[in-house]
Amino acid sequence: MTTKQDAASSLPPGSQLDADWFTDKFVMLVMFIGGISAIVFILSIIVFVVEQGGVFIFETMDIQEFLFSPRWRPTSEWNATYGILALIAGTASVTGLAMVIAIPFSLGTAIYIAEFADGKFREYLKILVELLAAIPSVVWGFIGLSIMNKVVIDVFDVPVGLGVLNAGLILGLMAAPIITSIAEDALKAVPDGYREAAEAMGASRWEVVFKVVLPAARNGLLGAVLLGLGRGFGETMAVLMASGHSVHIPESIFDSVRALTATIAAELGETAQGSEHYGALFTIGIFLFIVTFFINLAADLIIRDIRKG
Amino acid sequence: MSSNIYAATDLNLRKQKNEKILRILFLMMTLMLIAPVLIILITLIAKGGPILSSEFLFEFPRNGMTEGGIFPALLGTIWLVAVSLLVSVPLGVAAALYLSEYSSDNWFTRLINLCIINLAGVPSIVHALHGFGAFVIFAGMGTSILAASLTLAIMTMPVVIVATKESLQSVPHSFRVACWNMGATRWQTIRQVVLPNATSGILTGIILEVSRTVGETAPIMFTGAAFFLPFLPESIMDQTMALSLHLFVVATQVPGVPDALPYGVALVLIGLVLLLNAVSIAFRMYLRGTKKW
Amino acid sequence: MRKFKIAMALLAGSIGFSTAADARVMIQNKGSDTLVNVAQAWAEEYQKVEPKVAVAVTGGGSGTGIAALVNGTVDIANASRSIKAKELKLAKKRGIEPMEHIVGYDALAVYVHKNNPMKSISLAKLAEIYGEDGQISKWTQLGLEVPGCKSQKMVLVSRQNNSGTYAYFRKAVLGKKRDYKLGTRDMHGSKDVVDLVEHTPCAIGYSGLAYATPHVKMACINKAEGEKCTDPSVATASDRSYPIARPLFMYTNGEPTGATKKYLDWIMTDEAQCIILKKGYAPARAVTCN
Repeated sequence: MTTKQDAASSLPPGSQLDADWFTDKFVMLVMFIGGISAIVFILSIIVFVVEQGGVFIFETMDIQEFLFSPRWRPTSEWNATYGILALIAGTASVTGLAMVIAIPFSLGTAIYIAEFADGKFREYLKILVELLAAIPSVVWGFIGLSIMNKVVIDVFDVPVGLGVLNAGLILGLMAAPIITSIAEDALKAVPDGYREAAEAMGASRWEVVFKVVLPAARNGLLGAVLLGLGRGFGETMAVLMASGHSVHIPESIFDSVRALTATIAAELGETAQGSEHYGALFTIGIFLFIVTFFINLAADLIIRDIRKG
Repeated sequence: MSSNIYAATDLNLRKQKNEKILRILFLMMTLMLIAPVLIILITLIAKGGPILSSEFLFEFPRNGMTEGGIFPALLGTIWLVAVSLLVSVPLGVAAALYLSEYSSDNWFTRLINLCIINLAGVPSIVHALHGFGAFVIFAGMGTSILAASLTLAIMTMPVVIVATKESLQSVPHSFRVACWNMGATRWQTIRQVVLPNATSGILTGIILEVSRTVGETAPIMFTGAAFFLPFLPESIMDQTMALSLHLFVVATQVPGVPDALPYGVALVLIGLVLLLNAVSIAFRMYLRGTKKW
Repeated sequence: MRKFKIAMALLAGSIGFSTAADARVMIQNKGSDTLVNVAQAWAEEYQKVEPKVAVAVTGGGSGTGIAALVNGTVDIANASRSIKAKELKLAKKRGIEPMEHIVGYDALAVYVHKNNPMKSISLAKLAEIYGEDGQISKWTQLGLEVPGCKSQKMVLVSRQNNSGTYAYFRKAVLGKKRDYKLGTRDMHGSKDVVDLVEHTPCAIGYSGLAYATPHVKMACINKAEGEKCTDPSVATASDRSYPIARPLFMYTNGEPTGATKKYLDWIMTDEAQCIILKKGYAPARAVTCN
């Protein structure tokens, strides 16, 4: 790239090429700005979220209490406590259940689409999975609140249908299309030569899938699961509406819980800027940012690894 | 028929049977995963369909939002999407061009890619916190369409970047080389050869981004969307109602809402999103069919 | 910050987004979820009275409204509780002088499932149900057998921890120095509470009287054990005989002026006060409506 530009700049001044050369440089600068905008935005997120949460982190927060106390009581008049353990438990239980549901189903679907289905049928399946991914989270939340709530109550005969099970199911359905489509890519990335070699040796289709393709695509599948996990972990509206919103460490899948994300969504609008409560909510935001950052980083490293290999 | 060497052995038969069972099992899993899309759609249409009318789409909410239509929310969503596209499309396309046409594979490019992945992966509520801290408060925009749209733009920009990058990379390298050899600069090559061949792919990405933006709720809750406004927004410094937040509001906050109303709002929202997705998918399939290389 | 705002507005105007911004007066109104539906109905009606003035209504809770007033982003903050000392201090620090206007009264009803045999309950019992370390967690402890609730374990439905409803119920029922039990289901809106109780035989919840539906039952409240109980109603809220009734406030920064003053004056007219009555709250003063 440099050699060509050097050639251009060495042309006689005043020629057409000279102006083009400058245009080219200018455009390159514009593109570069576009390129670094992603970095700028990430930095901006870090700076502003930390800045707003800073007062709380440096003045009020007791890290021990923050991480290990289940008492989230930010508006108590006489003894406000900011413990997010119960909220972490809420997020973890809902996301965990979502993964238990989503992983087998999405891997099964990915295997079916990539290895068994063919022709038009395969295209239709892929489109439906894509549409599943397109349903907005507030619609999911509404479904949890209005439809799933009644289903859970009727089927399991429990008093309240808003809880870990409801939110977990919904979150599972939200994470599944992401896992499916990335897992399918990973399966497709396994060279056909592997399959042909195994089939030539007399392996049946399912032996090919289980003994050759799946092990070869292992990392890609792991990456897919991690991205699904990140999605579930950060989901807000659906969890807010379907989880029952109760500060409580769950003992069964029918218990109502409250997620970290939902807590911010429900309470941020109600706090005075600069108050302790306000800072505490931004601190939860920092916590969420750090966790998803590492989940995404891990997924990215794993997926990049297979693209190279 | 009778040539015995090729006849299936017991082991073969067992394997074939296993394969059949497995195949059916996987098909069942697939169907169970996609069945909800259809069930949800059918339920929404059954319960919300009857309320849909031109009055529902084009009138203001009345009587404490228990009657009337959703027009201000619908229009507000269009405002939010339009303003956020004004920001995210130029930036996103520039970023994709930079990554695909200018940068080489070094640590800096990897850093940019990591940031893009994180912009897409950061929880929407963290984007909301950022939008509130950076735009509403620090930049003094207040709760406004501008602040909400910027928040949405940052959040959905990765969709444009990824789609654009893919369609740029699908333009064969030989096209560029041919153009460079004629003495064209990098930008001339991009403008005359690469972009025309990638435009449709970029459009597909933009449509997909629109569908994402339409459904987002958390990022606009604190940055620009209002519970109720008796008028339509007139400038980007106004607040606005939005379809996604309106669904949350009528589903959880307003008393005496007829049962069909939230279903109707959900149906319009999901209809809009699925329509946009369908257009994007159809576009993509059409493109695949017309590709000349 | 204000300068920046003006600059942004000018910028927006110069691009051509803003049209005739000066022809319309905006009143920003935000706060209490209890009041939001009344505020919305007022805004809707006021549009007809004064077409040039637009009232933008947002909910979120009393804390939201007061926070926004403190931050200087609204003209009127709605609150279902009076401003806290802490908030007042913060406001003064930022040069804001919150001024209180009572616009109506609200009774907090205790809701149970329509099959629940409970007729009345005392404040002390409610405190044992909702309060931290409270002893009552089963319906049988009240001598009741709730049909459809197999475990007889109460499902406690509460509100968002920054809502005025939450704070007022805490003050009126639990007292100053007691917190809620953890593990209550904290619903985002007043309507959510009633909806959940309607579908849950085991549930008990509190929410504004205005949110009552024919599908739920409201308990009669005893001030003390053995005393005659008072049913929640607009009448008992107005004469303050119902023990969990509270005033509803609108706060402005200092004495209201201009459009804001006109709007608040209009809210006190018979026309507007009849709207609040129609919505299930008690009006701020006696009115006759048709």
